[in-house]
Amino acid sequence: MNFDYNEEQQLLADSLRRYLQAQYSFEQRKKVLDGSAEVWAKFVEMGLLALPISPDHGGFGGGAVDLMAIMEAFGEALVVEPYLPTVMASRLIARGASDARKSELLPAVAEGRLRLAFAQTEGGARYDLAAVKCKATRSGDHWLLDGKKKAVLGAPLAGKLVVSARSEDGIGLFLAEKNDIQSYRGIDGMLQGDISFSRAKAERLDGGLPLIEEAIDFGAALICAEGVGAMKSACDATLEYLKTRKQFGVPIGTFQALQHRVVDMFISAEQARSMACLACSKVDQSATPEERKRAVSAAKIRIADAARHVSQEAVQLHGGMGMSEEMKVSHTFRRLTVIAAQFGDADHYLARFAAL
Amino acid sequence: MDLNYSAEELAFRDEARAWLAANLPRELKGKVEQNAHLSKEDLLRWHRILAKKGWVAPAWPKEWGGTGWNVVQRYIFEEELGYAGSPPIIPFGVTMCAAVLLQFGSDAQKKRFLPRIYNGDDFWCQGYSEPGSGSDLASLKTKAVRQGDHYIVNGQKIWTTLAHYADWIFCLVRTDTSGKRQDGISFILIDMKTPGITVRPLILMDGAHEVNEVFFDDVKVPAENLVHEEGKGWTVAKYLLGHERMNTGRIGASKRELEKLKEFAKDISEVRFRDRLSRLEVELMALEITNLRFLDRMRRTGQPPGADVSMLKITGTEIQQGLTELFVDALDPAANDEFAVALRKRYLSMRKTTIYAGSNEIQRNIISKMTLGL
Repeated sequence: MNFDYNEEQQLLADSLRRYLQAQYSFEQRKKVLDGSAEVWAKFVEMGLLALPISPDHGGFGGGAVDLMAIMEAFGEALVVEPYLPTVMASRLIARGASDARKSELLPAVAEGRLRLAFAQTEGGARYDLAAVKCKATRSGDHWLLDGKKKAVLGAPLAGKLVVSARSEDGIGLFLAEKNDIQSYRGIDGMLQGDISFSRAKAERLDGGLPLIEEAIDFGAALICAEGVGAMKSACDATLEYLKTRKQFGVPIGTFQALQHRVVDMFISAEQARSMACLACSKVDQSATPEERKRAVSAAKIRIADAARHVSQEAVQLHGGMGMSEEMKVSHTFRRLTVIAAQFGDADHYLARFAAL
Repeated sequence: MDLNYSAEELAFRDEARAWLAANLPRELKGKVEQNAHLSKEDLLRWHRILAKKGWVAPAWPKEWGGTGWNVVQRYIFEEELGYAGSPPIIPFGVTMCAAVLLQFGSDAQKKRFLPRIYNGDDFWCQGYSEPGSGSDLASLKTKAVRQGDHYIVNGQKIWTTLAHYADWIFCLVRTDTSGKRQDGISFILIDMKTPGITVRPLILMDGAHEVNEVFFDDVKVPAENLVHEEGKGWTVAKYLLGHERMNTGRIGASKRELEKLKEFAKDISEVRFRDRLSRLEVELMALEITNLRFLDRMRRTGQPPGADVSMLKITGTEIQQGLTELFVDALDPAANDEFAVALRKRYLSMRKTTIYAGSNEIQRNIISKMTLGL
């Protein structure tokens, strides 16, 4: 039993935090909302992109626990770079692509030459991974995709897409180019896109729904870790505000009504952290898919609840300032709002947890 | 990061589990499972079985009968006790009075009291709260006036758990009213058979007699029963507060209750009920890991937990109450058998958990002040 990051994980997280504090402050972040080549290059230099790639393809073979510290730091700084979409899509390629494709694409990801996205969500599907309408039909030695994917994270910056689509033999995964994309930012500033496929040429990858579920569980565990970082930022900012903001001649943190609420925020955040540890550990190592699903479901329920609780209280305790565009806490609020529902909200995972 | 117990820890757990399965008397386990009343004899019987095995006071130094287990092993054992459905080890002697004596007691006091606590010869209770002094404990008024070799104690304690079973009571008393109120408090041990002590039952809303009022009317207490120095009682009380707060989450017992609840409610498919049950289960999963994170930190640093350990009490008691609430909701409203009645009474009784041992509001004050610096 050991709840610490190992030395390598901690060193990497520390140097990432130092970099983000110096070069990715809240003010600097505003300027790079469209994604910054410089920031990406720095992530590559630090080895963040190589970390999850297997050693066969120029990486370090890291798992979710290795990425957890990075995601926490990203959450604290509200990093908008499309790191997670790239990692998730490269995971699907590593598991489903031909050796030749892997040798072509994965080193490119590790070296920062290629960003990826996983085009999975469709309008009306909500969080149901099996509700795939996008169609794949065989045409000679390749496949053709038809349909629409929505709110694909990181797609505007992606060089290639992994797409889920339905063929005659069920749901499959396909490697495709993005052609027709409408880009926009979510309420949290994250770049995403709606993509239309019309007889778009694609290459089939191995793996179907179980692999998609695994990839989404992996992403959900990491978004839990990112949520933990964002919650830490919200808690710390609120505590600082309670100590400095004066009303009635005293810091508002002297009022017990507020003290107890901020204590409950910290407890929520700690409980959430515990569950993020569990989720990341279990996506790395589970005896059965059910064990993994159970851990991720439980974690995502707790993180979703905590994200709502902590973010809403953070804004409330900041008073009017919490509502303002210029305060970081209002942006943390937006990110936590999105994280609560990313890859499935509490209701979705409550249903899955109860069914397991 | 590795959330799993080591092979040695698992072997330790299996050993404890197997021993408990073989040695926990079936009648006692049955009573715990049915939420039935545990008599003094029941409590002492289990205490003595553990004492004979050498496991009744794992945290004590080895010379006094401790096991030498580390914090993780102790936690595993406590969890197994709860999980097995064993009667509680009443903490007033083994955990509380003993901790104080080991830290502040004279050699004579240790030799006199510790073996008797260990063997279950003396049953202890705790005299802290008074009618006017609950969360504001330092306002206590029970007076002890020195007269030669004795203190003369006058006053009243309240909510005294199991005072009607007790041979001894450890008390916070006021020995000085002149200076800062914390400085006038002393920690003293009183034989419950001393003339002038009256114990009166306080029946709680579940109808059970668990707590009492204890009246002191010119009670003559030998001065040698003072622990630490006169006026240092607050120091002792604070030490005790920070000591051994790792099992306040009662995770093993809650896990057992959760399993029972899931079995009991397995035919309820109503989504709103299932969701509440799931959320409670998730909270317990999280608390278990949070608790292990505290233990891991303690083991690595060799330091006692910080004030933030109060979150285990807050969350653990909220979970315990949540479990009883769901049990009651899962009951057939028309059921009126013994089990149903016991469950409803347990719901009533468990409301105490967020109030006793430092109310959850006091726990939040502690975190706010000590951890967050507000």
